Amino acid sequence: MLKAKIAELMHEPGCATNQAKSEGERKKGCGKSLTPGAAAGGCAFDGAKIALQPITDVVHLVHGPIACEGNSWDGRNSWSSGSDLYRKGFTTDLTNLDIIAGGEKKLYKAIKQAIARHNPPAVFVYQTCVGSLIGDDVDAVCRAATQRLGTPVIPINSPGFVGSKNLGNRLGGEALFEHVIGTVEPDDAGPCDINILGEYNVAGELDQFRPLLARLGIRLRASITGDARYREVAACHTARANMVLCSQALVTLARKMKEKWGIPYFEGSFYGISDTSDALRNIARMLVERGADPTLTDRTEALIAEEEAKAWARLEPYKARLAGRKVLLYTGGVKSWSVIQALQEVGMEVVGSSVRKATEADKSKALERLGGDEDKLADAITPRDMYAMFKDGKADMMLSGGRSQFVALKARTPWIDINQERHHGYAAYDGMVALVREIDLSINSPIWAQVRAPAPWENS
Amino acid sequence: MALIVDHNKALSTSPLKVSAPLGAALAFMGMKGCLPMFHGSQGCTAFALVMMVRHFREAIPLQTTAMNEISTILGGMDQVEEGLLNIAKRAKPEIIGLISTALTETRGEDMAGDVKVIRARNKELADIAVVDVSAPDFSGSLETGWGKAVTAIIKSLAKPSGNHAKLDRVNLLPGAHLTPGDVEALKDIIADFGLEAMVLPDLSDSLDGHVPDAYTPTTLGGTAVAQVREMGRARLTIAIGEHMRIAAKTAETITGVPSVVLDRVTGLDAVDRLMVCLSTVAGVPVPARQRRARSQLVDAMLDGHFYFGGRSIAIAAEPALLWSMGKLATDMGATVAAAVTTQPVPMLAELKAERIIVGDFEDLEDQILEAGGADLIIANSNGRQVAAHHGIPLFRAGFPVFDRLGAAHLTSAGYRGTRDLITQLGNILMERPGHAHQQSEHAHGHQSAAAG
Ligand code: SF4
Repeated sequence: MLKAKIAELMHEPGCATNQAKSEGERKKGCGKSLTPGAAAGGCAFDGAKIALQPITDVVHLVHGPIACEGNSWDGRNSWSSGSDLYRKGFTTDLTNLDIIAGGEKKLYKAIKQAIARHNPPAVFVYQTCVGSLIGDDVDAVCRAATQRLGTPVIPINSPGFVGSKNLGNRLGGEALFEHVIGTVEPDDAGPCDINILGEYNVAGELDQFRPLLARLGIRLRASITGDARYREVAACHTARANMVLCSQALVTLARKMKEKWGIPYFEGSFYGISDTSDALRNIARMLVERGADPTLTDRTEALIAEEEAKAWARLEPYKARLAGRKVLLYTGGVKSWSVIQALQEVGMEVVGSSVRKATEADKSKALERLGGDEDKLADAITPRDMYAMFKDGKADMMLSGGRSQFVALKARTPWIDINQERHHGYAAYDGMVALVREIDLSINSPIWAQVRAPAPWENS
Repeated sequence: MALIVDHNKALSTSPLKVSAPLGAALAFMGMKGCLPMFHGSQGCTAFALVMMVRHFREAIPLQTTAMNEISTILGGMDQVEEGLLNIAKRAKPEIIGLISTALTETRGEDMAGDVKVIRARNKELADIAVVDVSAPDFSGSLETGWGKAVTAIIKSLAKPSGNHAKLDRVNLLPGAHLTPGDVEALKDIIADFGLEAMVLPDLSDSLDGHVPDAYTPTTLGGTAVAQVREMGRARLTIAIGEHMRIAAKTAETITGVPSVVLDRVTGLDAVDRLMVCLSTVAGVPVPARQRRARSQLVDAMLDGHFYFGGRSIAIAAEPALLWSMGKLATDMGATVAAAVTTQPVPMLAELKAERIIVGDFEDLEDQILEAGGADLIIANSNGRQVAAHHGIPLFRAGFPVFDRLGAAHLTSAGYRGTRDLITQLGNILMERPGHAHQQSEHAHGHQSAAAG
């Protein structure tokens, strides 16, 4: 069953990357096999957990030995405005004996104990490699637990070896579609309700655009999933439109919600000023098309004009300090293009952007913003080449995730984190100003002159 | 003495434990020109890598055989071979640590056998040491994996001394609970006796936070393969921490060099034992610098005991660190109000505590509640939720420590290290009169003492 699901998820017709492939390539799916000794990145379980963990009030129970949860719990910087149950790590911590005897009974007991102690609205059970290998039937245990214990227990079939983090995101979305969405009927559905898919509220980014929506009278029914509550997600099939933020991860879910509940969707981004404005425009348009008050369009334009003017005014002072500085962007997906424009607007030069995890659409957007210069679009850059870029002065700073930070820092080059461990939200108008401020603080820090200077005795 | 309670719970909540393969990988970080590889699926590797990066704030070389659904069914020998060859070509390491995981162990792979066959048919690997370590995630924890990796390195590289002359050298096998700062302190102490230290593994040379001049895809610094081969020429092997006993025994069997296992190197009497041991091997009296350091420690104990006396401390740590920290706390007059560890090591029963629970941070929290609070928690960064929830200060020690700078440099080994640790813990206790004193009139006098 899992096999069929994976095959289906890898052939997503709503996925631009997939559509751009030839027939033959598409048959192979997007589960490219990795090279041993030269691979990096998370597993499918990791991806499923990333997608679902920001449902803050449920117990996320990981069925497997200690590696999967013990080495990773509470490692992501997704904020909550309410429950903090999601920050606890729950695992069956399978040991030698469990491996021999099978882990189903232990899993059932664990579910029971978690419900007794925390009384959550639901328990999410993640299947991992070893549980799968010894044949534990997580679906059956969850079904039995749901019936006997009266709390929804949701199986997430995501053993790491089936594929990448991205596939795991999709498996997470799939579990929501099959077991969660549509199971609660809200009594307050309105004409201006939307869902956002693929926003994990890293460093509180939801709060950088939720207030903008609120000013327009638009309600965020559910963010899937960032600062989410189980019942919100369960009731999100009543929303009038879906916005997909990270298209690679959850576009399948968006498509299926459209097919089942007729909810239209669009792909957009809240990174960058003009992209934020476009996103707001699109939301308003869709809601009006589905019967919201038509004045919403004008009110949205007014809000955009006001907010854009404010943001540009706040960015103005940075121009002199940042003009001409060369940035290397090493991130994936949407950020590979959405951040480019903002940097260019303050006069910085983007000397390269990696498009590792980007869709074809992401790539062409990035290319367009880089003036069509193919050389600036890198797939993966090896740490060695990256180090050389800094040493040779080809880039003055890097924006990336935490893993590659030391390539820059050890080359005594400014770096800031724009991925999941970052401590600042970079979304919407406020977020872009915050990003530029961080870049300024980093690139103009007084330490660079000091750490680059040789020791006095090395001068001669 | 303490009762060791292993609930063996069905549900572990907020785990203290990290996996054994991670511990093994960490040990390989202290080998020079090394690139360890997990034989497993890529997620395990990514998690281990991220955790080490966050703790050390350094680039961490770690690879994976990237087992997928098909190789998991058919067997992973091809993946191992391809991985080894890829690494050999790309990174040109001196040594590759090949570490099994729960996935490949559950499948029942014969990794050691496979490596033999692979080496025989690929001459590209002839100059590279390949050390295979069996470390399934489902048994043991960080310390276990670390100990297994060091043992495996010794097994595959160490040689009998033959007729080479002995050198003024000791082999030092530090446990997983010692930081690069601790190892550096121990090297200095050993040097004070006119001895040279062969440290295995040597994180103080690789993950000590220095800025190299060029990029390398392998570890930087650490113990060279050639040094391990020469282990037989030392006068003594000193292992620190109970989990290093097997490694020490293995070294003794192979090289004939006698070995001692010291339970810890923190605390006055523990460091005294180390001094006696080194003084005997070197045939010199304890050097003046160490005598002076001892006197400073004695003074720190005199000054500090006011703030430890009667205070209750909660500790969550791997066995060797729990032992070391717990002993120090009780030696200074504090009580261990709550203690949680990852494995039922019998020696822990000697700690002055009511119970030691083999468990997780939920167990720590329950014990603290039962004890009516605690003045201080000693744990890794994952203890921060419990600490914040109950308003108890957290002293970060162990692995991982990712929300403070300088985890690698925290030093508690030797007289100086112990003195510094007493200072740091004492300052936290001094600043906060704590629950034990709040209700009593004593609190007042206590605060003014702090101010003075
Ligand atoms: S690859 Fe498998 S065993 Fe490893 S972390 Fe992912 S789910 Fe767990």
